[in-house]
Amino acid sequence: MKRTPLYEEHIRLGAKMVDFAGWEMPVQYSGVIAEHTAVREAVGLFDVSHMGEIWVTGPEALAALEHLTCNKVAALYDGKAQYSALLNHQGGVVDDIIVYRVNSERYLLCVNASNAEKDFEWMKAHNHTSAKITNESSEWGQIAVQGPRAIELVAPLVRDHDLSSVKSFHFVETEILGSSVIIARTGYTGEDGVEIFVRANNVANVWCLLLEHGASYGVLPCGLGARDSLRLEAALPLHGHELGEEITALESGLGWIVKLDKGDFIGRKALEVQKSAGVPRKLVGFALDDAGIARQGDRVTDTVGNTEVGVVTSGTKTPTVNKAIGMALVASAHCALGANLSVTVRGRSIRAHVVPLPFYKREKRH
Amino acid sequence: MDFPEGYKYTRDHEWVRMEGDTAVVGITAFAQSELGDLVFVDLPHEGKTVTAHGNLCVVESTKAASDVYSPLAGKVEAVNQALADDPGLINRAPYTDGWIAKLSGISESDVAGLMSAQEYKALLGK
Repeated sequence: MKRTPLYEEHIRLGAKMVDFAGWEMPVQYSGVIAEHTAVREAVGLFDVSHMGEIWVTGPEALAALEHLTCNKVAALYDGKAQYSALLNHQGGVVDDIIVYRVNSERYLLCVNASNAEKDFEWMKAHNHTSAKITNESSEWGQIAVQGPRAIELVAPLVRDHDLSSVKSFHFVETEILGSSVIIARTGYTGEDGVEIFVRANNVANVWCLLLEHGASYGVLPCGLGARDSLRLEAALPLHGHELGEEITALESGLGWIVKLDKGDFIGRKALEVQKSAGVPRKLVGFALDDAGIARQGDRVTDTVGNTEVGVVTSGTKTPTVNKAIGMALVASAHCALGANLSVTVRGRSIRAHVVPLPFYKREKRH
Repeated sequence: MDFPEGYKYTRDHEWVRMEGDTAVVGITAFAQSELGDLVFVDLPHEGKTVTAHGNLCVVESTKAASDVYSPLAGKVEAVNQALADDPGLINRAPYTDGWIAKLSGISESDVAGLMSAQEYKALLGK
């Protein structure tokens, strides 16, 4: 199994380690609920070094990315990041990604750990420009600092930038402990925070500094368990659950990053056809009305229980919302807010209804 | 990790404490630690007949659902209703407030056949 540069730190902190897409990763340290709550109320630290880093460089980098991704890359400027996706020709999602424009000839793509190698091969195979595509996943570590106190924690460690003035989906290149880092105002928890890209050999130093310095802010190291419950409350999709090659970007609710008018890109034709015909199914949020917890793969039926209308993509009972909730891909006729559904949980039918997404939205602080 | 003396244990990480003819059943400190924070317990119905190693109930963490097996054959006489509102009792007090069910109609020889605290600790390598 692969290990991140922080493996020894996780063991030292008493983390419970699990296999995640071939990576030996911490699923929890002190406990999922305590970690989840720390991120909602104070600040949490996540090792996300398993995520992939792919660079697209050269004079034709923009042209290459406009073809390979569905969002409008030309809208980016230096220091701006963008949520986007690599689509296949059917409009399915090869991976969801963040594109960072360092300058007009250097773009960084942050991709999912489980897809990094596949994405890299896909991008090389479908690049018909002179742009250079480089997989630097093993050379970079990544630490996510998330929560209402994240900026307070990180800002004093950065000398040459005022981190509080870096807006959401913007980033700066700077230094922490003399080591070059990229700090982006992004995250996967529904809270304010940053994601810090660090060279692999310096990740442990930065991690330890953040933990030490964060003690007075109530920082907790957080594992994949809390990461999953946090992102689900915020209704952020996860590849392999809400997103996949067999689910089109429009079906999974990514229509807002699909720019059909930007010129040709992989998947555009299929999505144009689907958009004019109407999507057959949609991603919805649901809440269970009776006791139980729905999980990925559970069948969704109409209230009578004999017609299958969809499938659960993620489900749990989460700490902040404290209700059994989930997301499901459901036939469009059954997607209206408030629509009654039934979910088959371990052989038993449980009543559910469609609710608005996200389940949790942070209050904006002024 | 605590494994109280006087309790009996199973390979499936349940414990039994005898109260007269009734067997109080729960999961061990090791089991709750492996499962992580519990957020839901699908309690068995009172009156349910259970078999040794048969399904007693299901406990769920944020991540996954896990079966709890009955350590003994018998009938569910009572369930711990407090778990409906506070499944975390199992994490915080697995041997006391976090009990799951009380079984009646059990066989003493079945109880005698379960592991002692020493044997269970040896199984865990502790």
